[in-house]
Amino acid sequence: MDMALKTARVALVGNPNSGKTALFNALTGAHQKVANYAGVTVERKEGLIRAASGRTMSVLDLPGTYSLRARSPDEEVTRDAVLGRLAGETPPDVVVCVADATNLRLVLRLILELRAVGRPMVLALNMYDIAQRQGLRIDLETLSAELGVPIITTVATRKRGIEDLIAAVEAKVEAAAVEGENRWSSPDSAALRHAAREAERIMKACVRPPERPDTLTGKIDSVLLHPVAGMAILFVLLFVMFQAVFSWAAPLMDGIEGAIGWIGGLVAALIPDQGGGGLIQSLIVDGIISGVGSVLVFLPQILILFLFIIALEDFGYMARAAFLMDKIMGGAGLHGRAFIPLLSSFACAIPGIMAARVIDSRRDRLTTILVAPLMTCSARIPVYTLIIAAFIPSRTVWGVVNLQGLVMFGLYAAGIVSALIVSLLIRKVFWRGAVEPFMMELPTYRLPDPKSVAFNLWLRAKIFINRAGRIILPLVILLWVLATFPYPPENATLPAIDYSFAGMIGRALEPIFAPIGFNWQMVIALIPGMAAREVAVAALGTTYAIADAENATGLLASTLSAQWSLATALSFLAWYIFAPQCVATLGVVKRETNSTKWTWIMIGYMFGLAYLASFVTYHVAVALGGG
Amino acid sequence: MSSAAIGQGVPLDGRGAHLIITVKEDARPLVRSPARVSLDLTDTIKLSQARRGDRGVIVQVGGHCHHKEHEVELERRLLELGFVEGAEVELLHEGLFGRDPIALKVDDMRVALRRREAASLIIRRVAA
Ligand SMILES: Nc1nc2c(ncn2[C@@H]2O[C@H](COP(=O)(O)OP(=O)(O)OP(=O)(O)O)[C@@H](O)[C@H]2O)c(=O)[nH]1
Ligand SMILES: [Mg+2]
Repeated sequence: MDMALKTARVALVGNPNSGKTALFNALTGAHQKVANYAGVTVERKEGLIRAASGRTMSVLDLPGTYSLRARSPDEEVTRDAVLGRLAGETPPDVVVCVADATNLRLVLRLILELRAVGRPMVLALNMYDIAQRQGLRIDLETLSAELGVPIITTVATRKRGIEDLIAAVEAKVEAAAVEGENRWSSPDSAALRHAAREAERIMKACVRPPERPDTLTGKIDSVLLHPVAGMAILFVLLFVMFQAVFSWAAPLMDGIEGAIGWIGGLVAALIPDQGGGGLIQSLIVDGIISGVGSVLVFLPQILILFLFIIALEDFGYMARAAFLMDKIMGGAGLHGRAFIPLLSSFACAIPGIMAARVIDSRRDRLTTILVAPLMTCSARIPVYTLIIAAFIPSRTVWGVVNLQGLVMFGLYAAGIVSALIVSLLIRKVFWRGAVEPFMMELPTYRLPDPKSVAFNLWLRAKIFINRAGRIILPLVILLWVLATFPYPPENATLPAIDYSFAGMIGRALEPIFAPIGFNWQMVIALIPGMAAREVAVAALGTTYAIADAENATGLLASTLSAQWSLATALSFLAWYIFAPQCVATLGVVKRETNSTKWTWIMIGYMFGLAYLASFVTYHVAVALGGG
Repeated sequence: MSSAAIGQGVPLDGRGAHLIITVKEDARPLVRSPARVSLDLTDTIKLSQARRGDRGVIVQVGGHCHHKEHEVELERRLLELGFVEGAEVELLHEGLFGRDPIALKVDDMRVALRRREAASLIIRRVAA
């Protein structure tokens, strides 16, 4: 049979938050993002299953949906995959419908719709552990007979039922029965009502209400969704999060800083600085260690931020935060579902921009994409922390709050407020469309699993270190070359770097940045810093290490506080709130908006705001005596 | 039923007198006298007018006018999210500003909705 010869294709389809991605990870060993809110997966991801029988099958993880009648770009991905609408693609050989066993009503209706597509189907009844804990009785045999599909119970997060599921899928592949042609057409409201009634009937016939229903979610919600207390908790939470990023990381950072300094000293001692050795020593100590090391120091802070984000996502808080913020977001002309993409942008704008796919209206999605890079992403943390540590005294104000942490919070707040203002302006200037509906499932709370949180943090650390190696290291080496050659003339009076290529470029561009208080070393740092924000820190590390090789203390912060005025430092911070210093983000914006025009509009407005904000900050600070 | 009554919703005013339900431009008699309502277990209101703690059964999803594309779509989406005739709803939480959005329990699922969309749903209240 030719079905058995070619790789069978399996698609995971189901309601949002039913555990499709958790199942995909269990099936393939992948590490795609899993979290407790609807709309985590927004693109298709392919992986391979190796069955015990030796057969390999390709499996597709898809965004969750309530229906094939796609409304938003993420749902379109699912529809196109299930119906085989993409060019050169056939419908999947087997559809695995993933259902949350504790929340069956809506997925039953989806299954009735999927049946019309006519593909062989298997139902994975996931979250079976929770169903059992609640004492939920599901008559699997009757349900299977009613739906006409085999049912496998699974616990994706504990990898239970995976072998059975693979076996059931293989059985379908081997039967190779194309169960009929595609009769699917977009259901109208009468068809939906009819299917809902049918689902309700099956529900009544097969499922008995839980003996121990979950009452905890309701209790937690009465605090977290309380109009006043809930709002207060949200703001305290954000405040603690940004404070923690600053305060908790300090001891760990000191440790890493010490270690890097020690390695630098060791290398300097090992390599003779005569002849060619001097050049190599400079490359390793000034270039690589000062550059890459100055960014690696920030690993603890990034991890603390992610610890908060991951814990909140797994707990089920994201949808609640979106609920609480809905009015404020709506007031700024943002779509209700824009909150989660914007909150994700605290980690990195790229997943944030991708997450905007859950927004159905194209205009609202565009607005969200345009403002997402204003949210303070984790790559800004090194820049902010470096400048704050160098220029803001570590004092305690109002009894408990750390002043440096407070400034950090202020920078985050500036990002949020400017995103709201910009989206309001976009709405006022470009369009005044109708308000789109806002509907969102509020998931059941779950205690985050410490093991999976730890694992996700580890993945984050790996990504961060990888970036340091793959992006920052080559750029820093390039910068080192530019800052070292050509050598200064014999009768040089200025530091050697002034005669190098980097010095020339910096001086040539300096006039543009002089009005906002930037010196030429900063200008040099901004150029490789276009690649990614934290590169600027590495570049400053390298530039100042080379420029000031004799007096370098190894601590970039103390070098900066000696070399920059407070006004310059504040201006630099203001620049980084707005400037679109990240090519990867720009690439994703181009792809997601499918528009060069809007990408340039974004670049333009962000650089414009950056220059303006820095200009005002610098001159106000100088006027107040910070020059 | 006119589209204005269903789509745009009725202003959420008259907090104290919220048992007097007036659905403007509505053909069906939904006006109740206050005296009767306090005893009446079967009053119908738009879900957008419900208050925290209110429970009921959905009796109508969407309007009867199917000439507006926006409303046809909204009706289908509500149906897909479990808001069907016969479903039990309970209003669990209200937002801080203008009591909007609202968090609902629909059968055994929790859903957040804006009152604007909730105006497309008519429920028959049952006493808690
Ligand atoms: N207890 C339990 N939790 C599970 C199980 N499967 C998934 N989860 C949790 O359910 C949540 C949702 O899982 P995901 O895999 O992200 O769900 P999804 O269907 O991919 O969601 P979308 O991508 O948003 O459509 C996560 O918090 C998982 O940890 C399970 O079998 N048991
Ligand atoms: Mg997923």
